Amino acid sequence: MEVNIKSMKREDFKDNEYIDKLVEELNATGANVVVGNLDKLINWGISNSLWPLCFGTSCCAIEFMSLGAARYDMARFGFEVARNSPRQADYIMVQGTIVHRMAPVMRRLYDQLAEPKYVIACGGCAVSGGPFKNSYCVLPGVDKILPVDVYIPGCPPRPEAFFYGLMQLQRKIRVQKFFGGVNRKEKREEFFAEHPEERGKID
Amino acid sequence: MSDIKDLIKAINENITFIEGGECLEIQVPDKDWHDVASQLKNDDRLSFDVLTAVVGMDWKESLGVMYYLTSTKRGWDMLCVKVVCDDIKNPFIHSVSDLWKVALFQEREVYDFFGIKFINHPDMRRMFLRNDWVGHPLRKDYDASPEKNPIRLNDEINEDDTVSYVEDANGKVSKIAKKVFEADDYVVNFGPVHPSTHGVMRFRTAVDGEVIKKVDVVSGYIHRGIEKLTEGLTYPQILHFTDRMDYMSAHQNRHCLCMCIEKALGIEVPRRAQVIRVMMDELMRISSHLLSFGCTAMDLGATTAFFYGFREREQVLDIFDKTCGARMSMNYNVIGGVIADLHPDFQKDVKALLAIMPERLKEYHRVFSGNIIAKNRLKKVGMLSKEDAINYCITGPSGRGSNWSCDCRKVRPYSIYPELKFDEVLLDGCDSYARYMVRMLEIEQSCRILEQLVDNIPEGDIRALNVPKIIKLPAGHWYQQIEASRGTFGVYIESTGEKTPYRVHFQSPCFNLVGVMDLCCSGHMIADLVTIGAALDFVIPDIDR
Repeated sequence: MEVNIKSMKREDFKDNEYIDKLVEELNATGANVVVGNLDKLINWGISNSLWPLCFGTSCCAIEFMSLGAARYDMARFGFEVARNSPRQADYIMVQGTIVHRMAPVMRRLYDQLAEPKYVIACGGCAVSGGPFKNSYCVLPGVDKILPVDVYIPGCPPRPEAFFYGLMQLQRKIRVQKFFGGVNRKEKREEFFAEHPEERGKID
Repeated sequence: MSDIKDLIKAINENITFIEGGECLEIQVPDKDWHDVASQLKNDDRLSFDVLTAVVGMDWKESLGVMYYLTSTKRGWDMLCVKVVCDDIKNPFIHSVSDLWKVALFQEREVYDFFGIKFINHPDMRRMFLRNDWVGHPLRKDYDASPEKNPIRLNDEINEDDTVSYVEDANGKVSKIAKKVFEADDYVVNFGPVHPSTHGVMRFRTAVDGEVIKKVDVVSGYIHRGIEKLTEGLTYPQILHFTDRMDYMSAHQNRHCLCMCIEKALGIEVPRRAQVIRVMMDELMRISSHLLSFGCTAMDLGATTAFFYGFREREQVLDIFDKTCGARMSMNYNVIGGVIADLHPDFQKDVKALLAIMPERLKEYHRVFSGNIIAKNRLKKVGMLSKEDAINYCITGPSGRGSNWSCDCRKVRPYSIYPELKFDEVLLDGCDSYARYMVRMLEIEQSCRILEQLVDNIPEGDIRALNVPKIIKLPAGHWYQQIEASRGTFGVYIESTGEKTPYRVHFQSPCFNLVGVMDLCCSGHMIADLVTIGAALDFVIPDIDR
């Protein structure tokens, strides 16, 4: 099975082996015809209408605004519905440095996102702490507290890099198995294992 | 100078003069500081009416604060006052926040970084760090081990609690516990992740119905500790931080830091580099004001205007892209000049921009400025009198919207600005609309500056040739100011003669801007908080640093 998205040719991506390996792993056990086709339909829908939760803390957020403006126009790919409520968003787009004071806020917003949810780390700061890595109050990368799907390096990344990263997320979604939740990251029990105090409240 | 010296000497016999600085410097003992400060401000012959910068210092054997005062009435004369704490174990300094309101926030910053407590300050909380943070990071003996301050994923508690230190007649200081809000206040939380705060700022707002009673600014959601980071890096290595503070004034901020280092080293920047720097500064100002226009409009629901503003901004970014190699975080100025020569298309592109701007500005005014909704939402909203603007040190377009002549390019000219013909835009509306209009008119003035320079870029070197390979500043301290897009940006450097600075302080204009949110918003509807914030136009990473 090949993963194709409309916006970009397969040979233009630089990491096809990675995604091929992912597909191979997922298909190793075989897929039910009905469920498999239903998966395809759902994934087609999700991947073409990815709604970001804006989480811009600094410079990268301004580049993200450029993406929304007329020249780069991310509406072409279905990314334009930037939400400010985690309840309505598909993925969290971390744009900028995350510091100690912000960490619990970001974690809470991630927990509030509805499944299936994804995380994109944009820019050097979100990827690794960037130029502020050695600071006393900067997180050395958001992957310390969130599971990251796509990393977009740059300081700030150019709009083209943003698009490349977003398309990588689209490709990842295209191969996921929605029924059975093979590559959904956070399970219910895992959440409670991490937040034992929430067990009584949500159940 | 000498008569000012005599006047200062007459205030108090304990004042000592420090020789060898770039401006007049005095040292005042803490017990006399408040009296001396009030004389310096209120004596008509001295009238130091602006508190420009408050720099906390740790000299290892003592802690203290450097205050930079400016007198607007006497040609923007500067005075540096050094106040040293008597006791390093339990450091106290008398607060001057009742004289200069700008100190309300500035002194909280010093407390956060150095642990110096200010006597009679009404609200001595941390400014940028979590309230359960251990230690004061800018002290030289700060323990940065992650065990002391791990990444905490719990919320902060006791956010309503604050303290105040008061002194009785015998000089005994006692601690008084206070609350930020009154017991029956209804507090609405606004931010830190909110699309209309222009970043990650948090306002805790006490409301009575829909009317705002008090705004409590909670900052620090993007505090990256830049000032501490600079202490471990060499001078060329610290330059890039300025681009990432106020990313909409990247060129100006970096220009300022370079100027401060060049001043300390005595480097003369070649004429060509000076012209390029000024042109880049003005292009940056245009791009910043266009963004501000777009965001103000979008906050009022006028999304179309946002697209218009960004259309022209892209054109400016293309110019940066070609010459500097990046759309944002350009890293263009270096010590002694600029890093690369202009792109061959530079003049053509700038001329193309200048050709369309007058027509486009008219379009903006037609789309947004004259709109009845915009006028109703901005006019007579967020009033800030000239006296308050001076007291809170509100510089930049926001200060000039209150008719305060504070343009650093005019009042303390630097680089080649004295040779250029441009007007300082002053409006006396004192409201959000005036601040917005100053920005739009400043785009015209920036275009005027570019017109004068675009055909007159002299040939020559782009970097001074006598910049040493290893840059070591002589022992001493320097303060340099510049007009950034949002106000007067200042850099303080203290050096002990090493390769790395002993202390660097960035005096950001936006930190003062956010300080007037409480004053401007009180009495208005909660919906106006958004427009007042948009018209003040603060950039959060510049506040938090």
